Amino acid sequence: MGALIEFRQVSKIYHMGDSAVHAADKVSMQIFRGEFVAIVGQSGSGKSTCMNIIGCLDVPTSGEYLLDGQDVGELSDNALAAIRNRMIGFIFQQYNLLPKLSVEENVEVSMMYAGVPGKERRERALAALERVGLADKLKHLPSQLSGGQQQRVSIARALAGRPSVILADEPTGALDSKTGRDVLRLLQQLNREGNTVVLITHDNSIARKAQRIIRLEDGKVIYDGLPDAEDAVVTDRGEGGSGA
Amino acid sequence: MSFFQCFQLAVKNIMASKVRAILTMLGIIIGVGAVILIVGLGNGMEIYMTQSFQSMGTDTLTLSIYGRGSSRSVDVDDLYQLVEDNPEYLKALSPEVNAGNVKVGNESLSYTSALGVGEDYASIKKYEMAQGRFLQYVDILKRNKVCVVGSYVNQEYYGGDALGKTIRINGNVFTIIGVLEVIGDNTEHSTDNQVLLPYSTAAKLSWGSINSYTFQIVSEDTVSQSKLVIEDYLTEAFGGDSAYQLISMSEILDTMTQMLNVMITILAAIAAISLVVGGIGIMNIMLVSVSERTREIGIRKALGAKQRHILSQFVIEAATTSAIGGVLGILLGYGMSSIATFLIVNLMQEDLAVIPSSSSVIGAFAISAAIGILFGYLPARKAARLNPIEALRYD
Repeated sequence: MGALIEFRQVSKIYHMGDSAVHAADKVSMQIFRGEFVAIVGQSGSGKSTCMNIIGCLDVPTSGEYLLDGQDVGELSDNALAAIRNRMIGFIFQQYNLLPKLSVEENVEVSMMYAGVPGKERRERALAALERVGLADKLKHLPSQLSGGQQQRVSIARALAGRPSVILADEPTGALDSKTGRDVLRLLQQLNREGNTVVLITHDNSIARKAQRIIRLEDGKVIYDGLPDAEDAVVTDRGEGGSGA
Repeated sequence: MSFFQCFQLAVKNIMASKVRAILTMLGIIIGVGAVILIVGLGNGMEIYMTQSFQSMGTDTLTLSIYGRGSSRSVDVDDLYQLVEDNPEYLKALSPEVNAGNVKVGNESLSYTSALGVGEDYASIKKYEMAQGRFLQYVDILKRNKVCVVGSYVNQEYYGGDALGKTIRINGNVFTIIGVLEVIGDNTEHSTDNQVLLPYSTAAKLSWGSINSYTFQIVSEDTVSQSKLVIEDYLTEAFGGDSAYQLISMSEILDTMTQMLNVMITILAAIAAISLVVGGIGIMNIMLVSVSERTREIGIRKALGAKQRHILSQFVIEAATTSAIGGVLGILLGYGMSSIATFLIVNLMQEDLAVIPSSSSVIGAFAISAAIGILFGYLPARKAARLNPIEALRYD
């Protein structure tokens, strides 16, 4: 079985006047179904750029990005939107729930865009909220929930769409350490249940909770392997090591 | 996202900021209200005019003869013959001759008109008799000095007991043989203040020739043909058409209605300008709204909303706002129409009702929804084209 997510010499170049900025510089990597991978790096390392490309919010300037075997580089805006809808489950640092909608309505949003009929939508939303332990808060507004609860709603939203990969961008960044640990534990559980999870973070201690680490610096992959062997530097730059 | 879901979302957003929504809709509300009021005014005026004209008889033609020297003229009997010869167009005829001043005892009645008419005059004018009888052919044949008085004359000068009494017309004594039912409002200046006598008697008293006639036509639908019959005859009799004038009330009514419609259309168009202003107001607020909800748009796009989803969401929101404004404007228009009717009836003593037409209501609603769609499109397109990555970063 091929990789779910595959970067082949992916570069993202921005032209500012005369100079060119390589936000991502010939990045190659593979992530397989069922893995829990953390993409780590400081700000400016290119991790946000890679996340945007993985999530189909952006396309590479050069190189190929294959999602479940399909090259998404040449796809139209609408096609990318459809792929995001079906295959990606986003979790953001700022939760990004729609403030005027109830918890239940928030969880149903991506299913609405997918055209899922009403009854099925409600059932899947309820199941997802039960999974994260918030089935009793169906009609609440996001403003009535704590940060941790809001993040769990956003995880339920991601789950309800039955995505191929859960893409979490600094999911604990706005939470206190205890709540953050709860959220991470939930992500680990979801991974054990079979979900593919990709976690973007700058925090090494959080990254260590994943099965595998891909470390970025200046747009390049400088390490790709188990968390324990962290300080080892990849000898041949630009090539990903074998996954777990 | 179906249309209905977008609509529900739009209503939810509008209810979330009611004050802003009302202010946004204000232009539409006022514009629609004004248009409804103006159209209602026009409608009411048209009905009022038609009623007024009908009381004057839209099934009649008025003939005035100026004569062309004494060698050619038209005889009363010739015109009666013309009516008999054309039963499919012409129904009845009455000459009209002014008879001079009216006196009761020694009192001269300055506002009472005395008119010499034919025996069909009452039926042409749709007058009913309250007492006695109307003039008959024999009265005309014999130039009898008999007359019929209106209700006002009967009450004011005879205490309701005029039948059988006498009255002086142009110095001559006439016997009252009938009293008319009330026609107008029974005041001194109304049509109830009149005396009708045989035209032949009137013509003899005043030494005049008979120059004025009223024809009753069979149907308003054949007005032009009926006119033609009379005109052809008169043109031949006089050798030209400058010696007479034939006027139909229904043609005058048509002309006046046309003029009224032009006036109302212009006024309504001016009121409609405020609809454009209202639309601009909506576009303005939608642009602000899109800006404020940049993050929301980014989230929706990240979750899989396509450009057309975002576009229809915002267009439907704009259209819902303006449609609600339209409904409120229609209610305002009806309210103002009632007030206007009240003012007109009570201050101007005229029986005019300002009635909005249902087609103007439907049109106003449709146009306000269309304005929302039109003026909401550009802001919605801007929203749809936002870059999701940048939108998500927006604060």
